[in-house]
Amino acid sequence: MVAIGSVSSLVDAGTMIGIVLAEAIVLYFVYGAAESAFSERVINQLKKS
Amino acid sequence: MEILGISAALLVLFIGFGLLIGILFGFFGMGGSFLVTPALLVMGYPSRVAVGSGLAFVFGTSVIATLKHRDLGQVDYKLGVLMIAGTTAGIEVGKVIVLHLESLGLAGSIISITYVFLLGGIGLFVTYEALKGDDDGGIDHDVEGESADADDIPDIAKKIQSYRVPPMIDLRGGVSVSLWMILAVAFATGLLSGFLGVGGGFIRMPALFYLIGVPVPIAVGTDLFEIVFSGGIGSFLYAMDGGVDLSIVLPLLAGSALGARLGSAATSIVDEEEIKVYFGLMLLGGSIAVAVREAGNIYGIEIFDTISLILILGSALLVSGAVVYSSITTIRTESSSTTQTAD
Repeated sequence: MVAIGSVSSLVDAGTMIGIVLAEAIVLYFVYGAAESAFSERVINQLKKS
Repeated sequence: MEILGISAALLVLFIGFGLLIGILFGFFGMGGSFLVTPALLVMGYPSRVAVGSGLAFVFGTSVIATLKHRDLGQVDYKLGVLMIAGTTAGIEVGKVIVLHLESLGLAGSIISITYVFLLGGIGLFVTYEALKGDDDGGIDHDVEGESADADDIPDIAKKIQSYRVPPMIDLRGGVSVSLWMILAVAFATGLLSGFLGVGGGFIRMPALFYLIGVPVPIAVGTDLFEIVFSGGIGSFLYAMDGGVDLSIVLPLLAGSALGARLGSAATSIVDEEEIKVYFGLMLLGGSIAVAVREAGNIYGIEIFDTISLILILGSALLVSGAVVYSSITTIRTESSSTTQTAD
């Protein structure tokens, strides 16, 4: 289990949720960039196949 | 080899499972805790960690899916905030009812029976409505600045919209509904959510469409917006008790982020009538799974837990596969018809 240091349960909980939120936002933009770069190519490939 | 404190095989399993759930979540605006928590329980995680990590995962996925639906113009923030207010009040009352039933020793059985009938009932209703409807292409999914066709608004929603008790609230899709009707619907869905102890996406999404009359894509986007808040608060409370395990949540989220993007994009490709059929079938599958699990609990048959999980995962796999398949088929059909027109 990944553990966060225990300054207080409030800070721990806030840090954990912050990590999840940060991952969600980073993934949104990373996958968004990937979608912009590759989606048209994938759709064209699907239309041809 | 271990990554994040878990084996590489388990990491890949979580990412794959996240992808599957992400497609459903992005497409229907529901299905997170409904799928993740039972799976973690069967894998042997303590219930506190299963529920807390499930909620944290739902929170992360709903953030991603809401951002995507926002890009597509499918989130009604005004409706979302009103729904949060009404739902919160309903959840509190639902909890009070549960506590009262617990003191009478009736909570477990009544909640299980309600869950099965509600899931099954909504599933049957949605499937029936979708199958009997004219397959004329459904509502235009490009909702920006357009009014929903009156023929596409369910009769119950038309009745609710006819109560012109001020103040009237203008919603996306050209819908105008009394503030009190929105709060009443939100309270009722919150009541069921608090009573059943679930996120409530499977109740709110159809309620937004069938009772308030907003088009399905906006119902999904607005429901996701609300889940950001309910999931965030819920996971924060569980995290305070050490109930959130990041080695579960982070890989699940990595898979679901991609799945949610695919699912959200599919709402703009696949015909709305098909969306409703899939949604109804998935609820029916969930209803049968819960009934099987409860039967196992009553008669002490442990294998029923596993059968229940297989039913849930199987219906989720089938439905998410159908979403992807329909999207690909639609793209190919549009491509071939465009080619024929050009010829």
